[in-house]
Amino acid sequence: MLPVGLVLAIASGGRALADSKVGALVSGSKAAGIQPPQCVEPTPYMRRHHMELILHQRDMTVHEGIRGNKHSLAGCIDCHVARGDDGKAVPVNAEGQFCDSCHDYVGVSLPCFQCHATVPTPASAHK
Amino acid sequence: MSNSNESIDPNRRSFLGKAGAAVATTLIAPGVVLHASARDPATPVTDAVRWGMLIDTSKCADGCGDCVQACEKENGLDMVTMPEGADPENWDRQRPRWIRQIQLQDNLTGQITSLPMMCQHCEEPPCADVCPTGASFRRADGIVMVDRHICIGCRYCMMACPYKARSFIHEEVDVKPTHAPRGKGCVESCNFCVHRLDSGETTTACQDACKHQAIAFGDLKDKNSAVSKALESVKSRQLRADLQLNTGVRYSGV
Repeated sequence: MLPVGLVLAIASGGRALADSKVGALVSGSKAAGIQPPQCVEPTPYMRRHHMELILHQRDMTVHEGIRGNKHSLAGCIDCHVARGDDGKAVPVNAEGQFCDSCHDYVGVSLPCFQCHATVPTPASAHK
Repeated sequence: MSNSNESIDPNRRSFLGKAGAAVATTLIAPGVVLHASARDPATPVTDAVRWGMLIDTSKCADGCGDCVQACEKENGLDMVTMPEGADPENWDRQRPRWIRQIQLQDNLTGQITSLPMMCQHCEEPPCADVCPTGASFRRADGIVMVDRHICIGCRYCMMACPYKARSFIHEEVDVKPTHAPRGKGCVESCNFCVHRLDSGETTTACQDACKHQAIAFGDLKDKNSAVSKALESVKSRQLRADLQLNTGVRYSGV
């Protein structure tokens, strides 16, 4: 049921927010600028399995120190975060943004961002 | 939870030291500084490395908190703000801290020693022993960490730690850096700036910030690392050595 729901959500989300969206992608994000659209895995696979990829990556990162490969949450956010005209990033879990639009529609909780950053922080920020 | 197969075999250690030296002589070109332990972030960490630290308390200046500030900036602890209406005294006692600057006084002589106290990265960590979910764990390269995805916030580890090294996040956190996730209801502590080490850097924020050069950091299994050389040349000790935890952080001058 869930995959069907997500696909429906993406379709309807695209209609409802036609002004700010390119399909399911949020305009002003790096992802929306990639032509033809290309995620780290084929889009239908990402729609159904992104949570498994992130879950696997999180264990590899915390326990084995493997960072920066293509299934990292930081990578998702970096590419899918929308940027306003002033270049300021809009949190990915804000209303109507990439993560929120589907999760809100299907009523699936989105606990990643209780702890994780919702906008990219520059690599130099910790220096 | 203990890694009994990781006890150090002295012969193997000397072999690794020689191998490291051979690599260093073949690779170093004039003007090029190589980090022997620079790692590929795409490969898992192994027990060929054990990260460790030596703190020379005779160099550590009383009243200097540079390491504490650098730690808080690096790991986003300075972004955690006091909740509205909280009691400032309670907040000061309970807010997250990875390094505490403490003073020891010898009651007989009155001599005061100042030193930074943080997670000692034990080989036999009591926090991991008591953790009911396996969230407290020791990584292959010797870093003791909390997997906050499975931490339930019971705080047994805080009670078990002999060094008072762990903090609990009591409230929602508004701003969190990408490399230092943080949320309400989990315990955390010093992780030797693991995001730096994972991406191939070989220093910690506190070490970089110490203008007195009181902190040596590196691979304890590499005879040529700064920390191994420092440990070889000065008399050092583990705090609470009686607990036989084989700490990764050692102190000299106490």
